[in-house]
Amino acid sequence: MIIGLDIGGTHADAVLIDKDRILKQVKIPTDHSDLFSTVLEGLSKLTEGINTSEISRAVLSTTLTTNAIAEKKTDNAGMIIAAGPGLDPELFRMSKNYFIVEGALDHRGREIKKIDKNQVLAAAKKMKEKGVQHVGIVTKFSTRNPEHEKEIAALIAKDFDAVFMGHNVSGNLNFPRRIATTYLNASVYPVHKAFFEAVIKSLDEKGLKFPIHLLKADGGTMLFEASINQPAQTIQSGPAASVMGALASAPKDKDIIVLDIGGTTTDIAILISGVPVLEPAGIKIGAYKTLIRSLKTKSIGMGGDSFVRVEDGEVKIGPERKGPAMAFGGSSPTPTDALFVLGLASDGDKTAAEKGISEIAEKTDRTLIEAADEIFRSTCRQIIECADEMIDEINSRPVYTIHDFIESYQINPGLIMVMGGPASLFAPMLEEMSGIETVAVPSWGVASALGAGLSRPTCEVTFFADTERGIAIAPEENFSMEVKHNFVKTDAYSKACELLKKKAALHGGLMEDSQIETLEDLSFNMIRGYRSSGKNIRIRVQIKPGLMPGFESIAQS
Amino acid sequence: MKALKKTGLVFFPAFDWAIDPTHPEREERLLYTQDQVFEEGLLDIDGIIEYKPGMITDHEVGRTHFCLTKPKHVMTESHYISAGGAKTIARAFMEKEIDNGFALVRPPGHHAMRMVHGGRGFCNVNNEAIMIEILRSEYGVKRIAIVDTDCHHGDGTQDIFWHDPDVLFISLHQDGRTLYPGSGFTNEFGGPNAAGYTINIPLPPGTSEEGYLYTIQNCVLPILEDFKPEIIVNSAGQDNHYSDPITNMNFSAQGYAKLTTMLKPDIAVLEGGYSIEGALPYVNAGIILSMAGLDYSKVTEPGYDPERIKEDLRTLDAIKKTCDQVLQIWDMRDELKIKAYGEKPFYERSRSITYDTDGIWERQSEILRSCEECGGTFKIRSSSDRDYSMAGIHIPVGACDKCKEIGYSWYDAENGDGHNIVCLQDRPKDEFHKKKGNKK
Ligand SMILES: [Zn+2]
Ligand SMILES: [Zn+2]
Ligand SMILES: [Zn+2]
Repeated sequence: MIIGLDIGGTHADAVLIDKDRILKQVKIPTDHSDLFSTVLEGLSKLTEGINTSEISRAVLSTTLTTNAIAEKKTDNAGMIIAAGPGLDPELFRMSKNYFIVEGALDHRGREIKKIDKNQVLAAAKKMKEKGVQHVGIVTKFSTRNPEHEKEIAALIAKDFDAVFMGHNVSGNLNFPRRIATTYLNASVYPVHKAFFEAVIKSLDEKGLKFPIHLLKADGGTMLFEASINQPAQTIQSGPAASVMGALASAPKDKDIIVLDIGGTTTDIAILISGVPVLEPAGIKIGAYKTLIRSLKTKSIGMGGDSFVRVEDGEVKIGPERKGPAMAFGGSSPTPTDALFVLGLASDGDKTAAEKGISEIAEKTDRTLIEAADEIFRSTCRQIIECADEMIDEINSRPVYTIHDFIESYQINPGLIMVMGGPASLFAPMLEEMSGIETVAVPSWGVASALGAGLSRPTCEVTFFADTERGIAIAPEENFSMEVKHNFVKTDAYSKACELLKKKAALHGGLMEDSQIETLEDLSFNMIRGYRSSGKNIRIRVQIKPGLMPGFESIAQS
Repeated sequence: MKALKKTGLVFFPAFDWAIDPTHPEREERLLYTQDQVFEEGLLDIDGIIEYKPGMITDHEVGRTHFCLTKPKHVMTESHYISAGGAKTIARAFMEKEIDNGFALVRPPGHHAMRMVHGGRGFCNVNNEAIMIEILRSEYGVKRIAIVDTDCHHGDGTQDIFWHDPDVLFISLHQDGRTLYPGSGFTNEFGGPNAAGYTINIPLPPGTSEEGYLYTIQNCVLPILEDFKPEIIVNSAGQDNHYSDPITNMNFSAQGYAKLTTMLKPDIAVLEGGYSIEGALPYVNAGIILSMAGLDYSKVTEPGYDPERIKEDLRTLDAIKKTCDQVLQIWDMRDELKIKAYGEKPFYERSRSITYDTDGIWERQSEILRSCEECGGTFKIRSSSDRDYSMAGIHIPVGACDKCKEIGYSWYDAENGDGHNIVCLQDRPKDEFHKKKGNKK
């Protein structure tokens, strides 16, 4: 048995699932001031009267870290940065306690300038005086050589509660994003740690013992224990939960648009043959562009409760929400009210809805039905246009090899899957307008909780070898080895896969070789003076996002 | 961070294409540039927009080149994409999606001439020239200036626009007596109908920031000011760098960035540059920041020391003399035709061209109609030691009626004696005609 728990904006859903069916589901209101009790209540209600020894894992998708950042309740983390030539690192200042020290590496990780230890110690002293307890350390090109970050960490680690290093965040190159991501890890760390230690303790007291996983933004899970050093990975797992929920019932032979239609927004995601499309660099959270792996989702300010009004003689919808639909006691008309007028919805106050829409009709010189029809169509049209834009954007992603140029996959959606409150009401119109078959995700009420529960552990390993320098590293894994000139791409690939399997085990992963996917696989002869001086090898492998094997039939139930 | 200017980038490093594994123009060439651009996060800057390159079509190649015997014979996929990258930037610029743009693509193109038998100077087709013909055909751009800042003379681009008074070609390069391709002297100033509209500025080996930027400020910018182009294209070769292994200049990343700030190109297209570790990552980062209007003052090569690479006074003196000479030629451009070529109804020349990359030796003879109203129709007969032969007739953009008529009469009269193929480029109609010759 598996537990999936998804904390949403208004309520939390939790499901208990067996191989082929949902055994139990609960819905409780979200208490944003006390997410801990919300989680505990969800888990307690779900496990009442159940033989919990059969539970193999529980996956939580929470808004904890996301909220902490949005509400700026983050720790006042410090940062130590070494950049060398390039853009001024002042441009990426994240914190009041942001210190730039001398020291530089080049693109192959060779030292250009040594770290200035005195500057590091002076920065540490200042941070201590200000009561900083958590520090991020980032140097440019640390994914090619983490020694400078390690050197700084060794100098200051004893003075602080926790130290986060940039090279552990991601193997991808991007100094500004590495700074932002490391900063987020350092800042949400205390909130994250306290919360989950409390959860584990409470479960222990109740005698509930099963591994706790967290859903990540990429639609994969990681063990709670592994997340302590990478808390930012769990940011914005909400959209991932719903996409994974849709994935459970998605056909594998089509490109699919997933629309999660909510009250205020509609979130759009794309599935290619059963695999969600990821954000190429990393997710953007508020002002921070990060290296956190994430599903690619796009949000449009258009939902069932969007505020409808007339501006300059034209009907405008959203992006703000002024409250619920008038049919449900709100004070401004919404697309949901239009559905009541059109007779597509009936579980509310139709008269109130008509009153709201008739205002719009009068101002635009239409009949009541015409106005409702226009509101509904316009809502659907804008959602479809936004999805089309997203597909164009993915289809026109840059490529860097002739092979990728020729092979680059062009998405051609053959199905739209809708989920969320008004989903089934929107489906027929979306189908008519897009010309693409549109279906509602089954058991959409708990699809997100189901998605969280069914998601499999994911992880990624970046492996870099430079045989001229005689080194190979996997920066995120704290792995390094010496290599000789006869080290070739296939050696690098098997080493990378070995590291991936090890990492997957730590993340709570069950491993089947078929789950390994190669993301990058390049080897360059380095020629100096018309002679080969070595090889520059780059390998990236991942366990791709997907669902736990063996639970395929559940979504049809 | 927000760019002051919206800058488009096409980055196509073609990691799976090379002339041969140890050639300077190989897979590894833009690898470290990509590392630097990615690590600096340049593509995340608000206002820097990365585009996927398109591919050019054979029709677009055919406007610019006579290929023996067809584009596919002289181009690989990488050539189609590289020129396609320049096209992508040009279109984004014309559609006003961007304020300026830079195509970082390989292979380069500025040694490719109008007639193409194969590769010369690592180039098979001319990316900028193909792009410029797109600007003229699709967007009706009339006056274009190309400033070639590659260390080598842009002899291919010069050849393509030799008879074209609407395209001003300015090449700055290391003196041809000391570097491939051995041309690009001040007395190469354009054909009879376009005399003065090709400008060559040979610079002495060892030229560094001061001399190079002096030339831009005192020679290139005043000429551009006079010419008033609608668009400025920069053939942005980066082999003037002090660490470049195949040239002898002393330019730096700071110098390249400042040059870009002064020149303000609308479109830059990468050409050469073979110091793939010591120069390219920094030069490219500097150019991108400069185009986007951002601070590049901290972009420097490891170990950069401006004092050590500074040119001596004699070198600076030679540069100033060359600039004066170039400005004199520019000032007398209206009288230049009669003085240099005399008054004739037709002009003929013959020459030989070597394709060092592919080891081909070509013989050409050319006849051009003297015309006051347009660039003038011309015909090239070309043969090579590979036993290919072609007659190519070119009716220029904006051709007068008489030149159009002559182009077709030449084409009709050309029965293909001794040629494999006879071609006609009709630029006003944007048509391409072709017939088989009688050569077996
Ligand atoms: Zn040049
Ligand atoms: Zn060159
Ligand atoms: Zn004419």
